[in-house]
Formats: sequence, structure tokens, C-alpha cells
Amino acid sequence: MDKKFTGLLRTILVTLTALLFCSGPALAAATINGAGATFPYPVYGQWAWLYNKETGVKLNYQSIGSGGGIKQIQAKTVDFGASDAPLQADELDKSGLLQFPMIMGGVVPVVNIPGIEAGKLKLSGATLANIFLGKINKWNDAALVKENPSLALPDTAITVVYRADGSGTTWIFTNYLSKISKVWQDSIGNAKAVKWPAGVGGKGNEGVAAYVQRIKGSIGYVEYAYALQNKLAYSLLQNQAGKYVAPTSATFQAAAANADWAKAEGFYLVLTDQPGDESWPITGASFILVHKEQANAATAKAVLSFFDWCYRKGGGTAEKLDYVPMPEKVVSLVEKAWAEQIKADGKPIWP
Amino acid sequence: MQTKTYTNLDPAFRWLTLASGLAVVLLVCGILYTLVIGAMPALKQFGFGFLVSQSWDPAFKEFGALSSVYGTLVSTAIGMLIAVPLSMVIALFLVELAPPGVSRLVGGAIELLAAIPSIIYGMWGLFVFAPFLADHVQPRLAALAPGFPLFEGPPMGIGMLSAGIILALMVLPFITSVTRDVFHMVPAVVKESAYGMGSTTWEVTRKVTIPYGIQGVVGACFLGLGRAIGETMAVTFVIGNRHEISASLFAAGNSIASTLANEFTEASDELYLGALIELGLVLFGVTLLLQLVARWWLRRTARKMGAVR
Repeated sequence: MDKKFTGLLRTILVTLTALLFCSGPALAAATINGAGATFPYPVYGQWAWLYNKETGVKLNYQSIGSGGGIKQIQAKTVDFGASDAPLQADELDKSGLLQFPMIMGGVVPVVNIPGIEAGKLKLSGATLANIFLGKINKWNDAALVKENPSLALPDTAITVVYRADGSGTTWIFTNYLSKISKVWQDSIGNAKAVKWPAGVGGKGNEGVAAYVQRIKGSIGYVEYAYALQNKLAYSLLQNQAGKYVAPTSATFQAAAANADWAKAEGFYLVLTDQPGDESWPITGASFILVHKEQANAATAKAVLSFFDWCYRKGGGTAEKLDYVPMPEKVVSLVEKAWAEQIKADGKPIWP
Repeated sequence: MQTKTYTNLDPAFRWLTLASGLAVVLLVCGILYTLVIGAMPALKQFGFGFLVSQSWDPAFKEFGALSSVYGTLVSTAIGMLIAVPLSMVIALFLVELAPPGVSRLVGGAIELLAAIPSIIYGMWGLFVFAPFLADHVQPRLAALAPGFPLFEGPPMGIGMLSAGIILALMVLPFITSVTRDVFHMVPAVVKESAYGMGSTTWEVTRKVTIPYGIQGVVGACFLGLGRAIGETMAVTFVIGNRHEISASLFAAGNSIASTLANEFTEASDELYLGALIELGLVLFGVTLLLQLVARWWLRRTARKMGAVR
């Protein structure tokens, strides 16, 4: 009995060890590591799961924030980094990185004015900037009444709600305000966190949403997906062409399609205030960073194959999560850049 | 069975305790060193000005700690002002007045409060407490003292006052349960002799129980202070996160910990990161200073009350 038991134990141990040795190297080759932006994390997570089911390749993505993603890819501790704000061409060159847009989203102003429903309030860029500058501080201000003659705007003070944490959302939003307003550009600027002239700060999209729902007469800005899922009262915005548009995935797509990607060096292109009748003015892309010089051709190929799969087959998943996939035109430009610029031992990897 | 005498275990035990003690000191030094190294870019750039500047502008790279330090001190002060007297009263009730059944029940409830994670306090504060404060408490406070600078501004429910009250709720269980245990240790003989002299419950409490346990109470307060000053998530949720000093307690403010929690993840710039780490260094300093001052002040009070040590 005793002997039998020991024999059994030995068999189990041997099998386990064998299993470990067999699966070890295979696992290592089939795992892609990435880190960075939190905004696209839900969609990257879904993609990774689906891709793993289809191909067996595992993707490990840590949503530690864009800053951390950039640091980790520079230090080569991950296979790719992800950032909500694009890096300038000279920064990319300094670290030998290639950058490309992966997924889009929009930033949407949301309001809490008693009696005013989603999609009713119209705002021009200048008015939006003046509200966030604290210059327009009542909802029945002449500028607002002039744009919304059909609405009964109350004599309520405006409370601005901003993102207290550093975020790609704030970067895109302040980028838009800087393009629209010279005063904003000179005094406040474009960054992931800025010195807000007025208002209170909520942590994360959920914090901003909670404050906006809480405070009567407030206006804030959140990710499109977040506004949709929480049924917040978003406003219409006037775009460069002078048209008032609603935030939908069609208007985000329009902004990306009308943008001139071919001329943007290192895909440094911010999709705010783009031309076109249909374009939503505060659209942004989230970016992926990879090294141009790859040490391991197989890993590099695996990384690019994953992103190629996302471009080709990930669109439906992205739309279900209220993200906006990149237009076909941009994808072919990106893959051309892969073929030309990403190399291992001087040889191109893609396709 | 035979008993052994472990004569050679004594030195080993001494070394073990010494090493453990030194490890704490080493750890503190290590933290300090890392903070100074990390903060170097900001230390070089702003020097002493960092401590007295209120400007916090990541876009134009100007950083100052004043509003964060102010917010940390004010929110902690509000929290302690509410929590310390309340805890004392609860502890005295539990020890002196409550029937044993009630005492056990309330005591258990308080210990349960201590086990709630801080993020729960934060979410409860934001979604339940802040609306209540805005609708029922703040308008009344404002009406009570019109024009009083502490209670000015729109009642938003979030801000310095809410942060202070949430902090009070969070440190209350710590201070209460330690204070209760301390009061429990007052020998019954001492109390009974006071009663025997004809003292009332109030006199026994004031002249016997509190002076006897004052050192322990002081320790309990330190425990609460330490938790309040570094509390992060709960404060971040309700303080309003504004880099500005305003006289009104209704206004939004920020604390060192809330600033760090908000801005650390996306701070990719060297100077920005340096400024945030320097904030951590300042918190280190503020905590140390506060502990020293509080200790000195409480020692003095303790001595006045006739504590023995």
C-alpha cells in the first residue's frame, strides 16, 4: 500500500515536471507584453482574449498609464508601449521608436442643467473655451442664449468640472481648446493636467460624471463611451465647418478620415478641430509605440501580427465597447510604415 | 521529557531584536534617500520657493506645494477636532456606563468600522454623504452664519469640510478602540476607592480614569493622526481636487496624498515627476514635524493632568 502510494506520487511528479519543461519555452515565445494608456485598456483586453482564443498567442497588457508605458518601452522592458497623447517626432527619434494610431475615441462635453436633455444644448468652440476659462459663468449668458434661442436657459451659476488626475482625455480636450482660443493656449496650455482657472476636479471619468450628476448647473467632459453608458446629457459642438454635430462614432470616423495622415510625420496628428461637415471637433486617437530596431524578429513579428489582426478583425469588438476603429486608409499607411521602418538585423519584418 | 536551558539563545534573541529595530531605521533612511534623489530635478529648479508657492501648473512646469500642504493640514485638523472628543466620549460610555451587552455590541461595531477599506469610505462619501451634506447640512450652516467666511460659496457637498468629516469617521474607530482598552486597564480598586470617598461618576471619570489613561490616549491620537494625514483614496474622492487655498470650508481643495494619487500615473515629464516626489518628501517632513509638535503639546497636557512617567 505504502509503496504503491509512493509510486503514484512519483508518477505525478514526473508528469508534472515533464509538463513544465514542455510548456515553458512554448509559452515564453507566445506571450506579448505591453504597457501604457488606461483609456484603451478595455478594448485591448477584449482583443487579447479573442486573439488568444483564435491563435493561442497570449497578450499581457498592463494599463499603468501613458507615462509609465513610454518609460517601459524606452527601457525595453515591454514589447510595445501605449500612449493616449502622441509623441513628437524628435522624441520618437531620440528613443528609436515608431508610433502608430490604434483606436479612436471622442471627448464629449456633458452638462447638468435642469430641463435640458442630451443633445439639445449647442456650443461653439469659443463659448466652450470661455466657459472653461471662467469668463462665462451663468447659463443665461448672452453668448449661450444667442446660440440656443429655442432653449429656456436658467439663471444658474456654471460650475466647471474637470479631471483631477492626469489623463489623455484632458490632453485631447485642452488640445482642442488651445486650437480654438488664443487666450487658452497662452495662459492654460495643452497638457495631461493643467492649471484650471475655475471649477472642481473629479478623479477619472467616473469622478467627473458623478460630480456633474451631483452639481446643478455643472459642465464637464468625459470619454464618449462613458457619456453613453451613463446616459449623461451631452451637448452638440460646432465644428470647423460651422456645423453643429452630435458625438457619434460616425462623426469621430469623419474626423479621422478627413485628417491628413500622410503628411503627419511619425503619425503625430491630433484629431481635434479637423475639417469636414461631419467631423466631431474633439476626437483623439490612442497610440502604440514599438522600437524600430528589433532584437528578436519572431517576437516583433508576433506583435505586428496581433495589431494587424486588431485592425482587420477587431472593429466589431471595438464598436461594441463604444470605441471607434481606425479607417482603412489610415491602416494601410500604418502597415506601410511597418514594412519600411521596423527591422531586425537590418532586415524588414513586415509583412 | 527534560527541560533544557537555552543559555546561548539569549544573545541570539538580542541580535534578532536589534536587527529588527535597525531595519526600521534603515527603511526610513532608505525612503528618505529615494525621495531626495527622485525629487532632485524639482529641488534644483524651485529650491525653497516650492514650499511657499501656490502655483501648480503642469502645462507650464511651475510647481508649488503650498495649497497641498494647507489642504493636508486643514483636512486633518477638521478630522481630529471631530474624532478625538467623540472617541473619548464613546470610549467612556463603553467602559463606564454601558451595560456589558451593549458595550460588547457597540465595541464590535466600532472594530468593524476599522476594517472597512478607505475606498469604500470614499465612494460612500461621494455618492451618499456629499449629497446629504449639500442638501441638508451646508445650506443650514450657511444660513446660520451669513457672510461667515468659513461657510461661504455654493453648497456642493464636496470640499474641505466633507474631506475632514470623512477623515473623522475613518480615524474614529482606531482612537476609540485603543482609548477603550486603555480605560479598561484602570484598576477597579482605584476607581472604587474614589467612589467610596463619595465621588460621582463624572468626578471619577474626570479625576481618575482620564488622568490614569492619558498616556495611552495620547498614543491613540497619534495613531489616528498618522492615518488621517496620509489618507489618500477617501480624501481624493470628496475633497474636490483644486490646487488653490480658499478660506471657505465649502470650497474644493486638495491634499498632498490626493495630488499624488491623481497625478502620478500620467506624469511623464522629469520636472513634473520630481515635483510630485518632492511633495512626498514634504509630506514626510510635515508628518515628522506634526508628530513632534503634537507629542510635545500632549506631553505637556499629560503632565498637567498628573500622569506618571
